[in-house]
Amino acid sequence: MHDGPILQVENLRIEIPTRHRTLVAVDDVSFELARGEVLGVVGESGAGKSLTGAAIIGLLRPPGRIAGGRIWIDGKRVDNLSQAEMRKVRGRIAGAIFQDPMTSLNPLFTVGQQLVETIRTHLDMSRAEARARALSLLAEVGIPAPEQRLDQYPHQFSGGMRQRVVIALALCANPKLIIADEPTTALDVSIQAQIIALLKRLCHEHGTAVVLVTHDMGVIAETADRVAVMYTGRIAELGPVAEVVRAPRHPYTAGLMASIPAIGETRDRLYQIDGSMPRLTNIPQGCPFNPRCPAVFDRCRRERPETVDLGGHRVACWKHGEQEA
Amino acid sequence: MTAPLIDLAGLSRHFALSSGLNTRFRKGGAKVVRAVDSVDIEIARGETFGLVGESGCGKSTVARLAVGLMRPTEGAVRFDRVDLASAGRRDLAALRRRIQMVFQDPYSSMNARWRIREIIAEPLRTLNLCSSPAEMDRRIDELLTLVGLSPADKRKYPHEFSGGQRQRISIARALSTNPEFLVCDEPTSALDVSVQSQILNLMKDLQAEFDLTFLFISHNLAVISHMADRVGVMYLGRIVEQAPAQRLFSAPRHPYTKLLLETVPDLNRIGYTRKPMSGEVPNPINPPSGCPFHPRCAFANDRCKQERPSIRADGQGTLVACHGVQEGRI
Ligand SMILES: Nc1ncnc2c1ncn2[C@@H]1O[C@H](COP(=O)(O)OP(=O)(O)OP(=O)(O)O)[C@@H](O)[C@H]1O
Ligand SMILES: Nc1ncnc2c1ncn2[C@@H]1O[C@H](COP(=O)(O)OP(=O)(O)OP(=O)(O)O)[C@@H](O)[C@H]1O
Ligand code: SF4
Ligand SMILES: [Mg+2]
Ligand SMILES: [Mg+2]
Repeated sequence: MHDGPILQVENLRIEIPTRHRTLVAVDDVSFELARGEVLGVVGESGAGKSLTGAAIIGLLRPPGRIAGGRIWIDGKRVDNLSQAEMRKVRGRIAGAIFQDPMTSLNPLFTVGQQLVETIRTHLDMSRAEARARALSLLAEVGIPAPEQRLDQYPHQFSGGMRQRVVIALALCANPKLIIADEPTTALDVSIQAQIIALLKRLCHEHGTAVVLVTHDMGVIAETADRVAVMYTGRIAELGPVAEVVRAPRHPYTAGLMASIPAIGETRDRLYQIDGSMPRLTNIPQGCPFNPRCPAVFDRCRRERPETVDLGGHRVACWKHGEQEA
Repeated sequence: MTAPLIDLAGLSRHFALSSGLNTRFRKGGAKVVRAVDSVDIEIARGETFGLVGESGCGKSTVARLAVGLMRPTEGAVRFDRVDLASAGRRDLAALRRRIQMVFQDPYSSMNARWRIREIIAEPLRTLNLCSSPAEMDRRIDELLTLVGLSPADKRKYPHEFSGGQRQRISIARALSTNPEFLVCDEPTSALDVSVQSQILNLMKDLQAEFDLTFLFISHNLAVISHMADRVGVMYLGRIVEQAPAQRLFSAPRHPYTKLLLETVPDLNRIGYTRKPMSGEVPNPINPPSGCPFHPRCAFANDRCKQERPSIRADGQGTLVACHGVQEGRI
């Protein structure tokens, strides 16, 4: 057993070759994740959250490809593994949960058949043992009457229950890492809270580490230990959740937090970051946020900010770089 | 008191379930979904009424009924005292100009092969509101500027814009006829929070400038709290609680509203583990007897299981449909 971080990502770069040019969709992304830790990943649509998650578990779809950097899961280098080797890692050491549960479920097989099949692929168990484990997994993720549910098909489940089945599938072999990409976005708030509570319990009880990709800062605040804020494929800021939410260091994060409405607040207008995140085809020179930044100065337009570490809280912004220098 | 600008009175809309073989042979006719069931909403001029509820509770159906895209099974939609169902053709054309709608997904509500000019001009053409092409162009430039885009954008196609910009375009289109009443069905649900704040600010600015009246629909309680003057909470086709926004969010009465508020993830509660509401949203095809919320309610008694609560004033500005509240148990 390896006792370093469960996940290490070092200078990850993902490129997407297109007809005209090669787009850099994820650039110089680095972070680590300890056992049982939840890392929240936020950022606007197109910031590179899903590509990062997919690269970690080897599900990056061509033409997207890892063009630089290294990834270790539980001490094992995985970015250079073959498809077949990666398939073993997936399921046994790392699992995935996506927004649409049907991307992980086969409509033609019963939930029980899918669970048993997955369990037996990864663990040395008889059919009867695997079925017993499938039952206890369904019970663990909170499916009522699991004995009856085991022989039903996915379409006989509600959206929230399907997502629970997907979590059960991801848990079949007691993975150490789960990549959850918008696992609750398609669900109703009342069901969303159930799924989040379930994920949190799993982290505490099994020490599973989770990379939680979501748009919902409220979910992040309540669930994550640390947060990475992505912008144009880069990490703008990464730090403990309380610091990022209450005392954000990057102007983009500060703007993001101030633009979120809250129940019962009396602001008449919300804070607004003007403009929009640039497309990959025209990321500005210097700091990618500079055209929208209220704190912009000369250097921001010329040079790309280096990441500075302010004591376990990393920021890529010249405002802080200047201070450190 | 002056009459409300919009009056949805006893509004119901039922859908027959697809008539497969079994329904054809079943006695007593096909099963129906009561997507909207006896809903009463009045909205005063210049006011924003927020409608909130979980998926499938009937919000979009209320929206379609309110703009006349769909006819009610029962009840009436009155706009400025005129019943949409009984209005003559001339009245209806006039009403259509005064009522517009903004949808959740600006992309699918636009013809992808049209330039922005055509998209915004469509309501103007259909309702014959511009006397010359030059006037039409002037109007389109004015509308684009109003929503924070530029006149040059009218020559582009929808795919050249981001989600937030497309939502601005659909707001420009909705405003083209100088409407008084705007029905907004989840206008920011597909957008990032930073883009959402731009659109919500824009909508508030436009409301102040043109004295617009909004029926604003969202499943996001924080967005509703920010936008609405009064709020209705829907559950399985019915309004279970209705109150001024400030009161609804500070002193919710219905057990469902309370639980809904308790499940919303809160930015200020770092590391907080909430106790989620148990159970699933029930199937509208087979709604529970009595109070539709009783299977998930901690206060349900025998009466709740049998008798459907009607909506009543609590004497403090809230309307609530709950036996527990009406009996003074909650
Ligand atoms: N096959 C592809 N071809 C071209 N561009 C792509 C492809 N796949 C992804 N991209 C681009 O890469 C960027 C990052 O995409 P990614 O899906 O990681 O974003 P995201 O942060 O997950 O966004 P969302 O919140 O919308 O899910 C986007 O700009 C996207 O358009
Ligand atoms: N044209 C239709 N034919 C049959 N059933 C319908 C039709 N339109 C809506 N329904 C049903 O009516 C109910 C209410 O649907 P509606 O779209 O109004 O809900 P909603 O509150 O807008 O949900 P969401 O938050 O998912 O948009 C649902 O059960 C839906 O399946
Ligand atoms: S009527 Fe009864 S079941 Fe329904 S919400 Fe009130 S107490 Fe609960
Ligand atoms: Mg994504
Ligand atoms: Mg809807």
